[in-house]
Amino acid sequence: MTNRTRTLTAAVLGAGAIPGIADAHLVNTGFGPFYDGISHLFVTAPDILVVVALGLLAGLRGPTTGRTTLAVVIVAWTVGGLTGLALAPPVVWAAATTVTFLALGAALAVDREVPTGVVAALGLGVGLLHGFLNGAEAATSGIGLVGLAGSLSALAVMATLITALAVTWAQGWTRIVVRVAGSWITAIGILMLGWLFRPGA
Amino acid sequence: MTNRFRYSAFAATATLALLWPLFAWAHEETGQAAGFVSGLTHPISGLDHVLAMVAVGFWGAQLGAPALWALPVAFPVVMALGGMLGLMGIPLPGVEIGIALSAVALGAMVVGEAKPGLPIAAALVAFFAIFHGHAHGTELPDGASGLYYSIGFVIATGLLHAAGIAFGMVHERPNGPVILRAAGGLVLVGGLYFLWRAIG
Repeated sequence: MTNRTRTLTAAVLGAGAIPGIADAHLVNTGFGPFYDGISHLFVTAPDILVVVALGLLAGLRGPTTGRTTLAVVIVAWTVGGLTGLALAPPVVWAAATTVTFLALGAALAVDREVPTGVVAALGLGVGLLHGFLNGAEAATSGIGLVGLAGSLSALAVMATLITALAVTWAQGWTRIVVRVAGSWITAIGILMLGWLFRPGA
Repeated sequence: MTNRFRYSAFAATATLALLWPLFAWAHEETGQAAGFVSGLTHPISGLDHVLAMVAVGFWGAQLGAPALWALPVAFPVVMALGGMLGLMGIPLPGVEIGIALSAVALGAMVVGEAKPGLPIAAALVAFFAIFHGHAHGTELPDGASGLYYSIGFVIATGLLHAAGIAFGMVHERPNGPVILRAAGGLVLVGGLYFLWRAIG
């Protein structure tokens, strides 16, 4: 790794770690913490965008990559979630979660062949980060382990459905639709970074 | 139409329908729904934006693959860079003129059925995308969520491109090329009107 790459990596990681505004939040469904946890995933745009982007990316690479990444991201999200629940840090790394879906959206739009290991590694990083933040929020909001279980259930179902759909969309015009969706996700990420770093934020 | 195509189209539509409202409505905090709706309506609230967006689709349809999908992929990403500048308060001179010129230039390309190479077409579209993005970025309403505003206006922009492409498919029909060039002419005239207003 050259000095320039090292500096750039440090700057990106540093920017990503700046605590930001809480975009993730909890909805009181009235049905208890498990359902609050389920709804949490669906109303937290960075989480949904990252699950959609990762599921599509893994699915486009074929069934083997899809299955591997799916398993990795669910386990990583669980490990991250339990860690966040235990540590309960009162921070929301908005820039970091934005960078994750931005990068996955860009990878989706570019649509280059990448080995299964690379996609699975992306799933590992994404799962640990987003899971950790989910767990931390479950702890601070009081929905605890049951809420986290709801959130994980929603994640598993969504990720499985999206990855499975993407496997069937890997050929023809639907692959192009998926790539366009990747460019939209990238665009949303870029705009979100602009909003996070706007004057007075 | 094959069964596979039908099933894929149904699955794509069902997934979009499933995901779409979830971004916007299920929040207790303030700013998310307002941000999403503002973002969604912003690109369609100005005819100058609409003309340029659909013209991207018209031109893509004339150029055919890979420009047909490459232009709508390039546009939102570069537009977002312009939007980021706007959100961060970095000024860009002549935004309104740039937006009007985009309609003029893209309308002219469609009227002339110009077929430059993909890099040139993508560069032209990307250049004008910065002005559209900047205008969107600077007009984020107070109190609205930037994330949901961004989601809204990226979706709206993409759907305008899709509408342009869908209309552009007339190119494959008898007399379709003439109809499409006439539509490009309307974009060009509209662009000239907005240019006159922007300068005057």
